[in-house]
Amino acid sequence: MTQKNRLSGGQIDPNETFSFKFDGKSYQGHKGDTLASALLANGVRLMGRSFKYHRPRGVLTAGSEEPNALVELRTGARQEPNTRATTAELFDGLVAKSQNRLGSLRFDAMAINDRFSNFLTAGFYYKTFMWPKAFWEKVYEPIIRKAAGLGSLSLEDDPDVYDKGFLHCDLLIIGSGPAGLSAALTAGRSGAQVILADEDFRMGGRLNSETHEIGGTSGAQWAAATMAELSALPNVRIMTRTTVIGAFDHGIYGAVERVSDHLATPEAGKPRQILWRIYTKHTVLAAGATERPIAFENNDRPGIMLASAMRTYANRFAVTADQRVAIFTNNDDGHRTAADLHAKGVKIAAVVDVRADAPSSMDYEVLHGEVVNTKGRLGLSFAEVKLADGSTRTLEAGALGVSGGWNPNVHMTCHQRGRPTWNSDLAAFVPGADLPMGMVVAGAANGDLSTHGALLGGAQAAKSLLGIKGRLPKLPETEDAPVNVTPFWYVEGASRAWIDQQNDVTVKDVKLSHQEGFRSVEHLKRYTTLGMATDQGKTSNMGGLAIMAELAGKTIPEVGTTIFRPPYTPTAIGVLAGRHTGQDFHPKRLTPSHKWAEERGAVFVEVGNWLRAQWFPIAGETHWRESVDREVLATRKSVGVCDVTTLGKVDVQGPDAAQFLNMVYCNGFAKLAVGKTRYGLMLREDGIAMDDGTAARLAEDHFVVTTTTANALPVYRHMEFVRQCLAPDMDVQLISTTEAWAQYAVAGPNARKLLEKIVDVDISNDAFPFMACANITICGGLRARLFRISFSGELAYEIAVPTAYGDALMRKIMEVGEEFNITPYGTEALGVMRIEKGHAAGNELNGTTTAANLGMGHMVSSLKDSIGKVLSQRDGLNADGDLRQVGIKPVDPADPVPAGAHLMNADGPVDATHDQGYATSACYSPNLGHSIAIGFLKNGSERMGERMRLVSPLTGVETEVEIVSAHFIDPDGERLRA
Amino acid sequence: MIIEHPLLGPRDSSEFTYMGDAKLIDRPDPEAETAARDFYEYGYLRDNPAGWHDELWFHEQGDRSWLVVTRNTLTHEISKVELARDVARARGRSK
Repeated sequence: MTQKNRLSGGQIDPNETFSFKFDGKSYQGHKGDTLASALLANGVRLMGRSFKYHRPRGVLTAGSEEPNALVELRTGARQEPNTRATTAELFDGLVAKSQNRLGSLRFDAMAINDRFSNFLTAGFYYKTFMWPKAFWEKVYEPIIRKAAGLGSLSLEDDPDVYDKGFLHCDLLIIGSGPAGLSAALTAGRSGAQVILADEDFRMGGRLNSETHEIGGTSGAQWAAATMAELSALPNVRIMTRTTVIGAFDHGIYGAVERVSDHLATPEAGKPRQILWRIYTKHTVLAAGATERPIAFENNDRPGIMLASAMRTYANRFAVTADQRVAIFTNNDDGHRTAADLHAKGVKIAAVVDVRADAPSSMDYEVLHGEVVNTKGRLGLSFAEVKLADGSTRTLEAGALGVSGGWNPNVHMTCHQRGRPTWNSDLAAFVPGADLPMGMVVAGAANGDLSTHGALLGGAQAAKSLLGIKGRLPKLPETEDAPVNVTPFWYVEGASRAWIDQQNDVTVKDVKLSHQEGFRSVEHLKRYTTLGMATDQGKTSNMGGLAIMAELAGKTIPEVGTTIFRPPYTPTAIGVLAGRHTGQDFHPKRLTPSHKWAEERGAVFVEVGNWLRAQWFPIAGETHWRESVDREVLATRKSVGVCDVTTLGKVDVQGPDAAQFLNMVYCNGFAKLAVGKTRYGLMLREDGIAMDDGTAARLAEDHFVVTTTTANALPVYRHMEFVRQCLAPDMDVQLISTTEAWAQYAVAGPNARKLLEKIVDVDISNDAFPFMACANITICGGLRARLFRISFSGELAYEIAVPTAYGDALMRKIMEVGEEFNITPYGTEALGVMRIEKGHAAGNELNGTTTAANLGMGHMVSSLKDSIGKVLSQRDGLNADGDLRQVGIKPVDPADPVPAGAHLMNADGPVDATHDQGYATSACYSPNLGHSIAIGFLKNGSERMGERMRLVSPLTGVETEVEIVSAHFIDPDGERLRA
Repeated sequence: MIIEHPLLGPRDSSEFTYMGDAKLIDRPDPEAETAARDFYEYGYLRDNPAGWHDELWFHEQGDRSWLVVTRNTLTHEISKVELARDVARARGRSK
């Protein structure tokens, strides 16, 4: 089929023809078309169904403000709902589908809603689905959910890649119409770093849509020539298909570049879209203006569109919506459309103008009156006109262009709390005085609606922002017509006259909400949903405000606007995520011996982004407990090895290092001898325990501090805070060395014998006793650090080597440990052994416990100041009967003792007021042959041997337990000193 | 937001970690008779002004400086950025 509504001329390439499909039917269009223009060229006016009433709809606009022509673009995983046909660039093989219909687009079963429109008015859902209450979840909500929403998702993973990028410039120009181009020329020629961004795929803005000449050539030609000059300037970056979506703090703008949306699939290695963060010193906002419609009865039929959109379709895309067109206007702009279409050979049925002093024409009839209704089932056939003299006329037309004046696109001026001001000459809001930092508004966005005004405004904005000296070069000659508009928002008596076509809000709905007491514009918006659709009311908000103002007897500026928020147009979540998806959203940190652990078949667990081996199953083990029990028993019997690289490490150096540690730890470090390690407890300033670890004094002025894995970052931040903000004159330096050293715990009775085969120094008990530390060498010269510390309670060492040697050291330990039957153990066995020893960990240092709760109250030194000392002595934290750490064992060895369960007295009620404490960490102890737990109990240290109940009402557990010392194994610590 | 780092020049705020009121620098004297009260106020009572506010920002993904940033919480305008260490010294914090 030929393109029956294709005109001549335009900026499409008639020699390059694309085939595409809409609702399964094949059509042809040209390079340079949008999906909307190509469909119109083929005589397709009906493009979708409306949200609520399922009324047939076509295009209203020719740009990103489109409320109606939303389609599902592409198929398979790339299917994208709610794509505006007016901005979707045509490519060969494009497939699109209409949405929001049950059945075909022409016979939508849901169109029945239109018959019940009297019931489906504003607030329908609030009023209707109230009773019976039980119906909401079971009946109403599922039905509404099914009916609501536009378009459908593919439910497949997005196959495309999105990127993020950063740009810096002196001047960002938003919009490439006459104002933007003029600003870009002025700025570009001055040598400033300029970014010129436009959401369109063809730069030039309205110049491509109008027939005005600039300097003797067409606007489109002038735009093309200007773009050629700008492209040749190395200091100007031109960004087509790039929507600036928001103005953020301090001259930062967000922009989405659609790199590949005009292609069937992105080129290899190219992202689909890029989110740019643009840092600019200055900004010229040249975002243009958006024409607004007039509301009249049945103003939503396919074929009824903005008069300016008709000009765009005719002049840029060489398309008319129909061969017979009528115009309804309140300003001179409507007449431009009639003249342009007439010049292209389209029949003008008439121009209906609400103004008595409308300009006349030799080429077509101009009627003084109003369009009061329309007819046509799936598209416009007739427009009924009521003339000023009271008579009526019926115009036969397949398309009706409507012009209600222009609204400057002030959105970006309001993203930093600015509010627009009312301009009564334009009957529109223009940018207010309170603009984002460094922004000047030019052209139509500033209310300068003539081409000359735009060229001048753009050049002046660039000149003033950049401080360019001298006079501006002479601007080319062009039109400078004054605005002549008579405010006219809706036709008297209209009720089913659409204000917001995307959310199906009518004049009647606005009136109803006013009647029901919704007087604030923000309330109107939320009650009627006016302006809340994906187009954010770009073509509809003003109409709603005008009606509200009239009903309230106020002026429009008194009613005010709702707040403009980013993004300017709908933005894909994918581009906000960028590359941060899947693994890259949540990166994993791997220790140097990760590969070795993988080879051993380790099961990993994530701890503070690290992957740590949880246990190492061997052949025949079917349950994790089998592996963990084996690892624990083998370590306590002979020797085990565990990767503890992930513990935070902070290097503390300087003459005041010991004094500094005295400040951050509650216990004392000043007297710690060189070559010794000490356990340290850090408190928060409020007296609550923050973290624990060890500090090893390698030299008079050199300590190595460890933190827990999860707290490595916050503890380091805290230490820097103390150093810089509280003790600025201490001579001490900190650096995190967590990633610099690989560290392994070697634990068990044979630990020394094993390490003696690796280290180059004497590590006998006399030479290297419990809590010793030293810089040593291993394997004949490799530098290493050795600490005789024990988390397991066994004779144990931690040995650290530079990260690059971590894997080799682990393999070496395994090799020389073979004769001792060495067993690698994971975090579970580590956990079992520390619970058997009653050592506190994250479950105990849980942000609510004090040193006293942990049984370490004596550690808080009274001889020195330290963080948290003063508030740790508060009465409230030191009351009689406070929680104390205890051990918990079941009376019947077969019973479980779940962590999280609460301790209750042997008799009495089980409720919160009788709560005695709770279990924090629990495990099965293979050494004892039953479950054990540690936890906190009121007055716990005085209650050893007491029988209690450990209850978990949630899981139905109630176990009889005995309170014991938390040191289940080797309470005197003989093993670790061996 | 952009924070004018005194040593490194303009840096994006996403490189920083925020810790609120810079009064945290003014840690009370633990030896004072009123220490318990002083530390309670220091730890728990903070202003949350709508307007100018001295705040602590940590350049965590940078040079690890703590900064005192004077920022208007209503407009996000930043009028002054100093090294917290310099502020601490100026406020008389020594060894």
